[in-house]
Amino acid sequence: MSVVQAVALLTVACAGTAVVLIGEPLRQILALGVYGLTLTVLFFALQAPDVALSEIVVSSLGLPLIAIAALRKIRQQERRHEQDERRG
Amino acid sequence: MSFLPYAIAAWLFVVGLWGVVASRNLVRTVLCLTVVQSSTYLLLVGIGYRSAGRAPIVADIPAVSRLVDPTVQVLVLTDVVIEATVTALLLALVVQGHKRFGSVDPADFTTLRD
Amino acid sequence: MSPRARLGLFALAGPGLLAVLVIGFLGLPAFGDYHGVYGLVVDGVELGERHATDMVTALNFDVRAFDTLGEEYLLFASVVGVVVLLRQLRGEHDDERGEAEREDGEGGERDGHDGSEHAFAGASDALRGLSLVLVPMLIALGVYLVIHGALTPGGGFQGGVVLAAGPIAVLVAGRYLAMKRLAPDWALEALEAAGAGAYALLGLGGLVLAGVFMKNFLPLGIPGHLLSAGSMPLNSIGVGLEVTGAFLLVWSEFLDQALLVRRGADG
Repeated sequence: MSVVQAVALLTVACAGTAVVLIGEPLRQILALGVYGLTLTVLFFALQAPDVALSEIVVSSLGLPLIAIAALRKIRQQERRHEQDERRG
Repeated sequence: MSFLPYAIAAWLFVVGLWGVVASRNLVRTVLCLTVVQSSTYLLLVGIGYRSAGRAPIVADIPAVSRLVDPTVQVLVLTDVVIEATVTALLLALVVQGHKRFGSVDPADFTTLRD
Repeated sequence: MSPRARLGLFALAGPGLLAVLVIGFLGLPAFGDYHGVYGLVVDGVELGERHATDMVTALNFDVRAFDTLGEEYLLFASVVGVVVLLRQLRGEHDDERGEAEREDGEGGERDGHDGSEHAFAGASDALRGLSLVLVPMLIALGVYLVIHGALTPGGGFQGGVVLAAGPIAVLVAGRYLAMKRLAPDWALEALEAAGAGAYALLGLGGLVLAGVFMKNFLPLGIPGHLLSAGSMPLNSIGVGLEVTGAFLLVWSEFLDQALLVRRGADG
């Protein structure tokens, strides 16, 4: 196993653990983007360019957009619930 | 040393599962589930690797070179894109659940218990 | 089950699961020591048989095209689920007029009367200029990736997501309603259904013209040229359209929820 592969594997492990340990969902989404980037580098090191392309496109575009839109809706709904409670 | 990819795949699986079990916020649960899914990608691509193999594209290298296994790459490639939409489905469930119950804490989802 | 009980159970089960996984993985052949036969056969045979230079896409859209059909419809089903879940419920309404007013108000009313942030209004000119440059580049890159699937790394799945990023760049420029006009929901649904249907129809074409479902029935051409590898580019285009439609629809649904749908009588 080459040095690049070993370093990429260790980075992936650290990034994955960081995603799980971070408490706030918004920061977790950023961490997930970085995690996807480390996975992409690992897939390149393992001679899988198609998979790397797929992973970087999904983890930088697909997932963060969906998750951020969902989080925004939840925050909005929370604010509305607070307003209703204050009024009622 | 050559066991490292598999060890890290197992570690990511268990760590992600711990995140799913221990989280108080359903959005966190869904995002930790993504880590669990990615551990399977790592395992599959690691299985298909051939030492000193090249990527399975023969556009510029002779077709008889030593190539890595393309089969597992096919599985992982489609899986990555599809799991993103499945995660979207789960997040849609969370959003509607929050609308109904007013919180994203799984302990507050009480209808089934009443 | 209380959170503490859950964590306690996991403290027992987690290390056990880790141990089982590690013991199981120890039985695998060592990393780099590939024993399988199927991959080697495909690597050796695919160039001669199908004139495709990207083995992964050749497996995806030709040798194992049936699996890709199933996975494509998995994508389709998830998106249908998202659309159904995020439909407008009774008591909600679409606040398009309010959003249009906020967009035209160029950041003047940063915090509206209900205190919610409308960060999309008032995007700076630098951001707008950047997305103007990005939109054609993204679309060109997406089309390139989709069409050259059988030749170089790429294919319908990757290219589809990149293509879907084009209208998103319009959104980043602060024009959510412009993006809705560029990519209205009915067009996205039609696009996605057309992509999924095209893939299945190509399979039927293989059945009709070559006797086997999903068989490559177009002339194979010269390996390395754009029009080669038979019906693989067509399969790739079908999947690319479907993935583009799917992602844009999912983003549209979530952003609709976040930006447009308002509950009850306010707005």
